[in-house]
Amino acid sequence: MLQLLKRIVKTGLVSEPAPEVGDAKREIDRLNDEILKILGRALTIREVDAGSCNACELEIHALNNPYYNLEGRGIKFVASPRHADMLLVTGPVTKNMENALRIAYACTPDPKLVVAVGDCGCGCGEVGRLFGPNYATVGPVEAVIPVDVKVPGCPPTPLTLMQGILAAVRTR
Amino acid sequence: MFLFDDVPIDFSPQPGLGAPVWRGRAADGDELKDFAAAVQQSGGRLAALWGSDRRQEGQGFQLDCVFGLDRGHAWLRLELPADDAVYPDLSAKFPAANRMQRAVYDLVGIRHTGSDQRPWLRHGGWPAGWFPLRHDAGAPPEHANLPSDYDFVKVGGEGAHEIPVGPIHAGIIEPGHFRFSVVGERVLRLEQRLGYQHKGVEQRCTGADIATGAKLVGRVSGDSTCAYAWAYAAAVEAACGVEPSPRALALRALILERERIANHLGDLGMLGNDAALAFGLAQFFRLKEDWVRMSAELFGHRFMMDSIVPGGVAHEPDARALAAMVEQCDAIGREVAELRAIYDAHAGLQDRFLTTGAIDAALAREFSLTGIAARATGVLLDGRAYRQGYTPPPPYAKLGVRPATDERGDVAARVAVRFDEVFESLRLLRELAVGLPAGELRREVAPVPYAEGLGVVEGWRGEVVVGVRLDAAGRIARLHPHDPSWQAWPALEHAVMQDIVPDFPLINKSFNLSYSGQDI
Repeated sequence: MLQLLKRIVKTGLVSEPAPEVGDAKREIDRLNDEILKILGRALTIREVDAGSCNACELEIHALNNPYYNLEGRGIKFVASPRHADMLLVTGPVTKNMENALRIAYACTPDPKLVVAVGDCGCGCGEVGRLFGPNYATVGPVEAVIPVDVKVPGCPPTPLTLMQGILAAVRTR
Repeated sequence: MFLFDDVPIDFSPQPGLGAPVWRGRAADGDELKDFAAAVQQSGGRLAALWGSDRRQEGQGFQLDCVFGLDRGHAWLRLELPADDAVYPDLSAKFPAANRMQRAVYDLVGIRHTGSDQRPWLRHGGWPAGWFPLRHDAGAPPEHANLPSDYDFVKVGGEGAHEIPVGPIHAGIIEPGHFRFSVVGERVLRLEQRLGYQHKGVEQRCTGADIATGAKLVGRVSGDSTCAYAWAYAAAVEAACGVEPSPRALALRALILERERIANHLGDLGMLGNDAALAFGLAQFFRLKEDWVRMSAELFGHRFMMDSIVPGGVAHEPDARALAAMVEQCDAIGREVAELRAIYDAHAGLQDRFLTTGAIDAALAREFSLTGIAARATGVLLDGRAYRQGYTPPPPYAKLGVRPATDERGDVAARVAVRFDEVFESLRLLRELAVGLPAGELRREVAPVPYAEGLGVVEGWRGEVVVGVRLDAAGRIARLHPHDPSWQAWPALEHAVMQDIVPDFPLINKSFNLSYSGQDI
């Protein structure tokens, strides 16, 4: 136990400032204001992997590491779409996940936001093209449910993901 | 040469610098069965299995089986007539064959003689009787994508009931369906239904050029992108008669070991978290972030995607970054040693880890397991290390890798193997960085029409196998990427028996299998 506590003290706080979106104002302040205004207290996200190769999930996981510390900023991943303000969806949406994704969207209470993640989920770039619609996939996320913001990348870095999430909150 | 005295199949070694592979042809289904029996008898395993349609070349269908032997891999082919494409069921000898055989039917439409004929990758997305990997498949027929029923095995008895979980799970994780049959909180049986991530990668590869194939194969399972890229490159190089330079091979090993450590760091954090030690998650995820940032500095991508390419390596890391990497290895090594001491001394954590989700070496062999899950039962199987009759491919032959094993077979063992492998891979990284040989980064790969190759790489999770065949124009005629998860998912069904439902997330994470890699 002593070792554990020593380690915690030695590590200290490593969280980095939130990234900026567009202008110079610290986005985290703006986010806090807007979250308060739009969603009440905080933002809850339900992540849905609708067909990714799992690289996007690795970067979404990284959002919760102490550097990006998303949860410390009031943004939390939840277990049910019924608890969520936002769906964070990776793709390409497979035929075998199409129905589950539609159901998850229907279960998310209004007002809801959808962020499509990755080149496959957004249908952009070379990788998005390579993983375009075929017998097993429907296409990008917007082919199945309405999308508010796209975060391209293969996979997008945690920083771009944060920017995308912040941008989606600003659309409302 | 004959690999077994009593099975007269002539095998010839695959040329090149990759892991040792022998190629042979079975005259008929009986010979395949005999060979499979001999492999099983000798303690070997089924490494991969896939089907192809070669009717457009005036032939019939074809089944490719890869078996893992002590000395290396036997790649055995069985040709099947176009009008009656049936091959003998291998699942009695190798239970891991069950799902592979069902996938072969879903994709190519060639049948096995076994009793389990349920679809595996085909849910409701395309109609029965339409096979995407047939050359004359054409566009998929109009079809309503309705949720399909699946014939789960029912468990009866007083108080027995089912808990269905998924495809969407509670965490940030890939989709799959788990059907638990339980009494109270005790798990009597788990049956998985996978295939939700199926995106038709094999069909996408068909007709692609070699460079495009690399991009696609690098996205079969993102957490193992480097292992796949290397296995694919090795297969293409074996097919086209290209030998990468010693420098390229050393850099590939450096990339692969970095991928191994990145995943192990993440898993060690998640395993602490699943046993309610959030401290572990925070610490290991901090280290992992430092680690992937260094990877980006070295190779321009946090997961080093597309860094390993046929012919060599795409990026030259600069000397300053390499020096910084060696320093980071020392720092991370110290921190991981400290964290291991904390994990080992934490009674609550050990209480959850010990005896949970146990499998033994006999089960690991029965299911043809490779990688961490196999080594954590005491099976000494690591494609990077010497064993009797087996010489690892370069550069590992020179590095003298010490494989990590643990005989307990439980979550604690899989944690211990990960810790040991982190330290061993850190040692390898230092050696590789200091002793990088001179030479070209990348050699030209000129496609050879109709050439074939098989690549085998010891990824962080287990053995990744990629088989490639080129067509008349030197483009990909057939490509099969095989994930070690194919073999490990069925073993997980056994690991949870008799444990309680709340231990499942921990047991599942201790295997950390790929959905996308299996569903392709």
